[in-house]
Amino acid sequence: MEPDIKQQLGDILSDYEGDSSELIPILQAAQERFGYLPEEVMAGIAQFLKLAPSAVYGVGTFYAQFKLTPTGKRSIKVCRGTACHVRGADRILQEIERRLGIKPGETTSDLEYSLETIACFGSCALAPVMVADKTVYGRMTPPKVAQILADSN
Amino acid sequence: MDFDEIRARANSEWQALEKSARPSIFVGAATCGRAAGAGAVLEAINEALTRHKIEASLTQVGCLGLCYAEPLLDIVKPGRPRIHYGNLTPELASQLIEDYLIKDNPHPELALGASGHGTLPDIPRLYELPVLKPQVRIALRNCGLIDPENANHYIARGGYSGLARALEMTPEAVISEVQKSGLRGRGGAGFPTGLKWEFSRRAQGAPKYIVCNADEGDPGAFMDRSLLEGDPHAVLEGILIGAYAIGASEGYIYIRAEYPLAIERLKVALRQMQDYGLIGDNILGSGHSFHLKIKEGAGAFVCGEETAMIASIEGKRGMPRSRPPFPANSGLWGKPTNINNVETWANVSAILEKGAEWYAGYGTEKSKGTKTFALAGKINRTGLIEVPMGITLEEIIYGIGGGIPDGKRFKAVQTGGPSGGCLPESLLKLPVDYDSLTQAGSIMGSGGMIVLDEDNCIVDTARYFLSFTQAESCGKCVPCRLGTKQMLDILEGITGGDGKPEDIDLLQRLSNSIKSGSLCALGGTAPNPVLTTLRYFRDEYEEHIAERNCRARVCPALTTYYILPDKCQGCLICLRNCPAEAISGDKRMVHVIDQSKCIKCGVCLEVCPPRFSAVAKVSAEEIATPTEPVPVRALKPGKDTDSK
Repeated sequence: MEPDIKQQLGDILSDYEGDSSELIPILQAAQERFGYLPEEVMAGIAQFLKLAPSAVYGVGTFYAQFKLTPTGKRSIKVCRGTACHVRGADRILQEIERRLGIKPGETTSDLEYSLETIACFGSCALAPVMVADKTVYGRMTPPKVAQILADSN
Repeated sequence: MDFDEIRARANSEWQALEKSARPSIFVGAATCGRAAGAGAVLEAINEALTRHKIEASLTQVGCLGLCYAEPLLDIVKPGRPRIHYGNLTPELASQLIEDYLIKDNPHPELALGASGHGTLPDIPRLYELPVLKPQVRIALRNCGLIDPENANHYIARGGYSGLARALEMTPEAVISEVQKSGLRGRGGAGFPTGLKWEFSRRAQGAPKYIVCNADEGDPGAFMDRSLLEGDPHAVLEGILIGAYAIGASEGYIYIRAEYPLAIERLKVALRQMQDYGLIGDNILGSGHSFHLKIKEGAGAFVCGEETAMIASIEGKRGMPRSRPPFPANSGLWGKPTNINNVETWANVSAILEKGAEWYAGYGTEKSKGTKTFALAGKINRTGLIEVPMGITLEEIIYGIGGGIPDGKRFKAVQTGGPSGGCLPESLLKLPVDYDSLTQAGSIMGSGGMIVLDEDNCIVDTARYFLSFTQAESCGKCVPCRLGTKQMLDILEGITGGDGKPEDIDLLQRLSNSIKSGSLCALGGTAPNPVLTTLRYFRDEYEEHIAERNCRARVCPALTTYYILPDKCQGCLICLRNCPAEAISGDKRMVHVIDQSKCIKCGVCLEVCPPRFSAVAKVSAEEIATPTEPVPVRALKPGKDTDSK
């Protein structure tokens, strides 16, 4: 493991006791720090919790929140909840896909944007909804997409 | 500090706010309020207060449920009622501060209504409005009215007196009180809450655990988020009462990570409870101790299922296991565990405060009390509502929700999320209670209620839900893992124009296998959206298959866009906006869509100026258009078109 990654992981792990029930919060903290879950980080976490690396990997792949490849600087999420679906979320997603040239689950080659879809943000009254980084944008229309992508730059 | 002291202090703070000589301003700043622009409204108010040197208290409150009118702002002038304003912009908010607080003009035309003491001319009573009059707010009793980050507001409005009362009763008496209230689980399945507690109370093993299920995963549901953002203590008090009743010493709130504001509000609330001795060791000197932790979910719908949630809290993949043993006997780390949903807990605190009889006075014989619903989709007044059980779908959709926008026709209402179903117009008189909804093929569910109009395709809606459950199936049971995939493939075929007559039978057979062959409710209910739509809207499936006709013109493969030659004025707007460069034409030349390039995004229809209305979207129909652009004049009415 690179010394820098090792030290950052050590910082994260110092907040935990080493009990296997802490696995998900540790993975969440690691992803927050590294942007995704590098293989050596998952191996380090397995060692710390005295778990098989496969058990950590299994949890990492089970939950939608965890990413195993690097993600972009900006996170663009499109809600595909029912209310958003019936109010045209597909067209918002299409417009973003077209502008960024990527599909959900992908990252632009310059590592600038990652695009994903989310089951529901629970802001259904404002459907359709998208989230750029941590800001929720409601009552979306395809023309508003361009502005939001530009603003987040 | 004993509870009487805590309450006295809270009361004096609340009364100081209510009787203050300064005006009080409240801004709805829950997640959806913020998304609607509450942040800019807050800034504008602050700026206006500073500019006019006005002394006023400014409080951020949770969601009043009038989401259609966000952002919301309330102003209370000393001795006057609380006036609720909606649909604000920063400019309007700033104007209101100046005009009402300085010039005493309350702008009745901007007000939704007034509440509290007194009346003002030309402003209706808020709770007499059609949107609020049929509602009974028990779980949502404080949402939008109090500062969710101030425990004193909650306590001054009766909060924690239910806990204080419970601690003076025996645990068995608390359980019996909840049983008498008739409360059933608000997560959707409707299991009697008191009975569930009794199982945990009687179970052997220590420690015992309480879990609050705040993993509100149903797409289209936001009741629990709003409740936690608007009144976290109502939920926390319920959890404490439950812990005392079953004898639990530890607990978890399992909340989805997509709700950062709700998580923050819970953390603030927990710190305040510690300060007041309402949580931790020897709560309020009763000898009862209880410790509560927050666990953030990581994005897996199946974790809303009890045994999957337990696995997830233990740090494992969230996969359900077979029951029995039920969590009441063997839950977290094999110990007795009682899991209830957010809304259930918020009802518990109200029941212990006001009594089982009071609560059972609302609702129907078998479904007591109230239920919150997240009303969304094609409805005029989207929002968070709470209604007595037994109210009809019609009263909710047309009375509270104000009907369908833009003069469109109602098609269906979807309840219960991916586990529920779509109910047609003929069932609008159906009373909303657990048993009636189940009989109709849907479920109460956690409370998402999504209205579909004539522009929504029923087969596409069924496909949407299957795509959700198929992606969220944990993969443990073969009928769920493979069956949902097969069903999705068939539905994609039908919406994609490749439907076969035998598909409908096959969907029905697959549905039955998945329902009977799945361990948990995810698989057990996944076919419901297909089964109810086949039951009530079979003709739409048949039209898709036999005529390749999507009457709502939603399914792209069955939909075609045409530029109407007798209406096109050759203005170039659609041509310039078409992302696929599928439109050819020139100035004053009739534009033509190359169907082989068209991606059916609908941009041309959207940008075509309404005075021309030259773009048509049709299904199972062909419109004659020129093959090449022709001059606009050549196509004036009466002349032949160069049709293909």
